[in-house]
Amino acid sequence: MTLSRRTFLKAMGATAVALSVGKEATAQTSGEEKPEFMAILYDSTKCVGCLGCEYDCAEAHGNPDYEIPIDPPMRKTDDKQRTIVNHYETSKGRIPRKMQCMHCNQPACDAACLTQAMHKCPEGPVIWREDKCMGCRYCMISCPFDIPKFEYGSTNPQIVKCDMCIDRIREGETPACAYNCPEEALVYGKRSDLIREARRRIVEEPDRYYDHIYGEHEAGGTSWLYLSPVPFNELGFNVNIQKSSYPALTKGFISSIAPVDILLPAVLLGIYEATKSNNTKEEDQ
Amino acid sequence: MSKTINVAESVPNQGFFQFLLEELKPKGKIFTPFNIISFPIIILGLVIIYLRFKNGIGSVTNLTQEVPWGLWIGFDVVTGVAFAGGAYVLVFMVNILNLKKYKPILRITVLNGFLAYLFYSAALLLDLGRPLNVVNVVIGNNYGVSSVLFLVGWHFLLYMLALFIEFSPAVAEWLNAKKAHRFLTAISMGAVIFGITLSVLHQSGIGALFLMAKDKIHPLWYNSYLPLLFVVSSVFAGISMVILEGSISHKVFTDYMDKTDNKHHNSILVGLSKICALGMFVYMALLVLVFIHEKNWVHINSPYGYWFLVEVIGFVMVPMLMFAYAYRSHNTLIIKIAAIMTLIGILLNRMNISIICYRWEDTERYVPSWQEFIVTLTIVFIEIWVLRWIVRRMPVLRSGPKWAAGSH
Repeated sequence: MTLSRRTFLKAMGATAVALSVGKEATAQTSGEEKPEFMAILYDSTKCVGCLGCEYDCAEAHGNPDYEIPIDPPMRKTDDKQRTIVNHYETSKGRIPRKMQCMHCNQPACDAACLTQAMHKCPEGPVIWREDKCMGCRYCMISCPFDIPKFEYGSTNPQIVKCDMCIDRIREGETPACAYNCPEEALVYGKRSDLIREARRRIVEEPDRYYDHIYGEHEAGGTSWLYLSPVPFNELGFNVNIQKSSYPALTKGFISSIAPVDILLPAVLLGIYEATKSNNTKEEDQ
Repeated sequence: MSKTINVAESVPNQGFFQFLLEELKPKGKIFTPFNIISFPIIILGLVIIYLRFKNGIGSVTNLTQEVPWGLWIGFDVVTGVAFAGGAYVLVFMVNILNLKKYKPILRITVLNGFLAYLFYSAALLLDLGRPLNVVNVVIGNNYGVSSVLFLVGWHFLLYMLALFIEFSPAVAEWLNAKKAHRFLTAISMGAVIFGITLSVLHQSGIGALFLMAKDKIHPLWYNSYLPLLFVVSSVFAGISMVILEGSISHKVFTDYMDKTDNKHHNSILVGLSKICALGMFVYMALLVLVFIHEKNWVHINSPYGYWFLVEVIGFVMVPMLMFAYAYRSHNTLIIKIAAIMTLIGILLNRMNISIICYRWEDTERYVPSWQEFIVTLTIVFIEIWVLRWIVRRMPVLRSGPKWAAGSH
């Protein structure tokens, strides 16, 4: 086997391509400075658990005949229903909690998606785009909140999750659940404003609230913010979730790809050249 | 059976298509035990694959919203790619380090690797919900460049190409295409260097896929060194597969082999066992490092802890010692047993990470459906059929025609 100059140059050319891909990759994960994400603050001390938001959500997403099953006491979102309100028995009595996509500032699903089907919009919502998705379900593996759901029964399955009513937001309206909430348990607004508002509520009524805003720092910060009267683990939240973003976990690996793609071929060439003399000796024998 | 072997070298005057037609006919006995078992399974598997496309993935698998990757990914892709790692390790040894001793088993290993990748990507397509959109990864403006899966996919794809180029001189020899042979041999060095690089990255990338599943995998198996552990373990997993496959094909394909003496084959096995032992030693050292670094001893006294010990001591440390012992004593039987144990260990490790210890805290656990098993077997069987077809026709185990000698 011989190594001509041409093959060598070809090899270097391909390396350059690999490098450019790798570079882009690191640039994207580091995350552009966000403008100002829209967000929703959910105050479980104000929520009366009327489940109205479940119906509003179903209607807004093309399922007006939605009926809430009575049977399992603890329900989960699934490939039909994007939001669920469960009631938890806590140290301060029965407390409702709404569940839906958290719309992370730096979403794991967006970083995981290899076709950009999962997408963090500049407005704040994380949406799924049908024409791009190839149904690999890596977003489901990556999401720390288990939000994306897959239509296993369909031949052209979709990923179903809360899209924060992106169409309404783009028209300047409020997402359906927050718009219809009768008790103002859901407030829609700029994320920084809502964090200020949440802090104000905790400061003004320290007995009413547990001193933490879930979503302010969890998973690097989310566009869905929670206030609770009890520690959040009592409401079924994962309180061990890391404070840095999930895409940061793969950053080290992704940024090492380009150097390896460049350096390893050079090292291999070096070893090849070094052992070549062995080669001729053996053939002489 | 043995009379038909030399057909390939005597045909060129017949006309190309006639030659191809002749070659498409089956060679060898039809009613072998392997065929009798594998044929019905393949038919059943194809029916299940048809149902999967007709009724959706959920109709034949037990996948859930909590466990979206099951046997098809966990075995065919995550485990299979490690098993196919022998190709890049051996190519490195023969073509870069110039260890001529291993050259007789190079082609069969590269062929095995290529077919493994080809069929595992087919399995991957079955698992995709919207397989037509897979073009978005290859062409178009939808590159998710920050995705580990995107990078794994591309490295995977390019590596398949590299493997094909590395194997292509054998195809050229089969077709008696001398000009093509010269060209393919000339570009294969580039394929070699790139193949190794691409392998290192996609082998580690498969480990990196699980980095974001931090809260879902049992802490004994999850750690930030997953990419490194995956690439190191792919070295001895691949070599163990080479040992096992070599031993099987030595029995099955005797008629299609050059008459090399057993001594040479045994010395290859002994050399490989040394590499395995060393690789496993490095892997064990890394595991110990991770174990201490993550303070994992708190998890050991639990069912999952014992399961971890079974994997690490029973199927890494024990075969490592067996390889080391066999290298000293030149005992090839122990090498083969150790290779099988190593493969079981890798299977356990990949399955633990992707299925068994994934969502370990859930009360409802995912167990693959029988259809998932049948389809997995179908993929493996078809791959073996194709492998057999090629080995019986092309110069894979035997050396090529005289005109090709020396150019490689």
